[in-house]
Amino acid sequence: MSQTEIAPMAAGSPDRLTGLKTFWHYFSVNRGAVIGLFVFILLVLAALFAPLLAPYAPDIQDKTAFLRPPAWQEGGSTQYLLGTDPVGRDILSRLLYGARFSLLIGAVVVTLALTGGITLGLLAGYFRGWVDVAIMRVMDLILAFPSLLLALVLVTILGPGLFNAMLAIALVLQPHFARLVRAAVMAEKSREYVVAAKVAGAGHLRLMLGTILPNCLAPLIVQGTLSFSNAILEAAALGFLGLGAQPPTPEWGTMLASAREFILRAWWVVTFPGLAILITVLAINLVGDGLRDALDPKLRRS
Amino acid sequence: MRTGRRNFGAAPFNSTMLRYLLNKIALLIPTLVGITICAFAFVRLLPGDPILAMAGEHGVAPARYEELKQQFGFDLPIWEQYARYVGEVATGDFGVSISSKRPVLEEFKTLFPATLELSFFAMIFAMVLGIPAGIFAAVKRGSWFDQSLMGTALVGYSMPIFWWGLLLIIFFSGYLGWTPVNGRIDLQYFFKPITGFMTIDTLIYGKWAAFRSVLRHLVLPTIVLGTIPLAVIARQTRSAMLEVLSEDYVRTARAKGLSSARVIGVHALRNALIPVVTTIGLQVSTLLAGAILTETIFSWPGIGRWMVESISKRDYVVVQSGLLLIALIVMAVNLIVDVLYAVINPRIRAA
Repeated sequence: MSQTEIAPMAAGSPDRLTGLKTFWHYFSVNRGAVIGLFVFILLVLAALFAPLLAPYAPDIQDKTAFLRPPAWQEGGSTQYLLGTDPVGRDILSRLLYGARFSLLIGAVVVTLALTGGITLGLLAGYFRGWVDVAIMRVMDLILAFPSLLLALVLVTILGPGLFNAMLAIALVLQPHFARLVRAAVMAEKSREYVVAAKVAGAGHLRLMLGTILPNCLAPLIVQGTLSFSNAILEAAALGFLGLGAQPPTPEWGTMLASAREFILRAWWVVTFPGLAILITVLAINLVGDGLRDALDPKLRRS
Repeated sequence: MRTGRRNFGAAPFNSTMLRYLLNKIALLIPTLVGITICAFAFVRLLPGDPILAMAGEHGVAPARYEELKQQFGFDLPIWEQYARYVGEVATGDFGVSISSKRPVLEEFKTLFPATLELSFFAMIFAMVLGIPAGIFAAVKRGSWFDQSLMGTALVGYSMPIFWWGLLLIIFFSGYLGWTPVNGRIDLQYFFKPITGFMTIDTLIYGKWAAFRSVLRHLVLPTIVLGTIPLAVIARQTRSAMLEVLSEDYVRTARAKGLSSARVIGVHALRNALIPVVTTIGLQVSTLLAGAILTETIFSWPGIGRWMVESISKRDYVVVQSGLLLIALIVMAVNLIVDVLYAVINPRIRAA
């Protein structure tokens, strides 16, 4: 069994389908992971079809309905299912559009952090020597700062805004990928298949990207999933502190920030955006746990 | 470090230990240099002119501008500016806050105890609940308690703590009216700080009502800041305990007929706690990041809120030095954790 573990990762291998089946077999044992995946797919659908699902545009203000409570509470109506915010915008619609931002943030940040981390980790682990020392000392340096503080300071330099927040978060999360890739590359580098490829005349680039990298993917996928949820949390925190997405963007953290002063008067303006963040992050973390169990051979045997 | 203290846990403080320590410190030097470069570069990377940026929103007169330029040394070559900066920092000169006109280090000293006190209680909260919960979940593996605890831990781990804080305020302060919403103590109690830790100061003065007020202010921020460490510690304790419980020596202890409580409490726990200590150490950075949010929500006068406010007030001297000081703290704590880890786990020292 331990021979087929890497099968789902090896691109173009003949038993790819069996590999995927094995993977799904182990993934689906974990009930939480399946629920997480289901919720995540729902969120993606909500984000994609937000214009169709949302009863209102996210920035339309109804001047007759400020701080309207949700439908089931006294004073609420089915016109605004989850109530309205202090300027009369429909909270449900804003949440649906907000899903787009959160998923976009996760996807962009993970892509940036993965690309940077893989490049640096490959270089450090493959060439060792001063390249390794230089790269890893810089990674240590980034990790020496509390992540949110570093992101805050970077956004101060770059200027507030969603894109700059994503850049800052990607930079803060990237050392984890670099460390992971470096360790995996060092472990794989002396294996027979790598030596064989080298003897066969493969160049540095081919060895790094074509031979070694595909066999380091399992931990990267798990770390990528966890970073996806981390990125959403950090971006929401930056938005909450006023340095992420700027109002009136319906980003969940930004929505919380502008709702803060009404917490003791209107619980719903605060509760729903935060709940949306929690559900999204929880769903992704459930999937991440399931992926780790399914991809980690050590855990699989037990 | 005094070498005279022999019974430092099980391991004597010998030369291997010293070499390990020196090795760790040597590795920190590049990071230390890097941190100063980051803080130094911060002011110079800000958009626009660094002097205008540091002067804040009021701007400066042209004559004063030249004066400031010389004072800060912006007319010197860049490496000379850096050398000057390192010299200042090394002698404890962290600049003067633009908004309050007080030395940054002095401000830091008055605010840091608040953050430390909050972080301390948050960590105690996380450990006191997390370690027993993790042990119990491991011992009763697969039970409904284990499953619901691990589910709760994952929720805690996924929690946007700034929202969690607001929810607790809505319920406990708004609906039930049990806890105050902000600050460290009711304004009616006023006294000169001795240690800066309100729980200790009020006890020294013997003011019980003030002490109770301090505790009431501490409850919600402690829970909020402690939530993620609690989740992490519970998960880590459980998995470390599970690993240890399947080891041979635990089975041997069982086979010898020792009571279950003794096997778990003495044989298994001691070894399971080794990775937990590392986890706790790694939480320091998380705690400081969490403090930024927690202190902002509860208007807690600590360094986290200080940083956020300084950024919004464009008090970049404070941001620069705060960045440096916080990174130094994280570095120092990580070093202490490394040493502690080596003390409780002799295997690591040989490496």
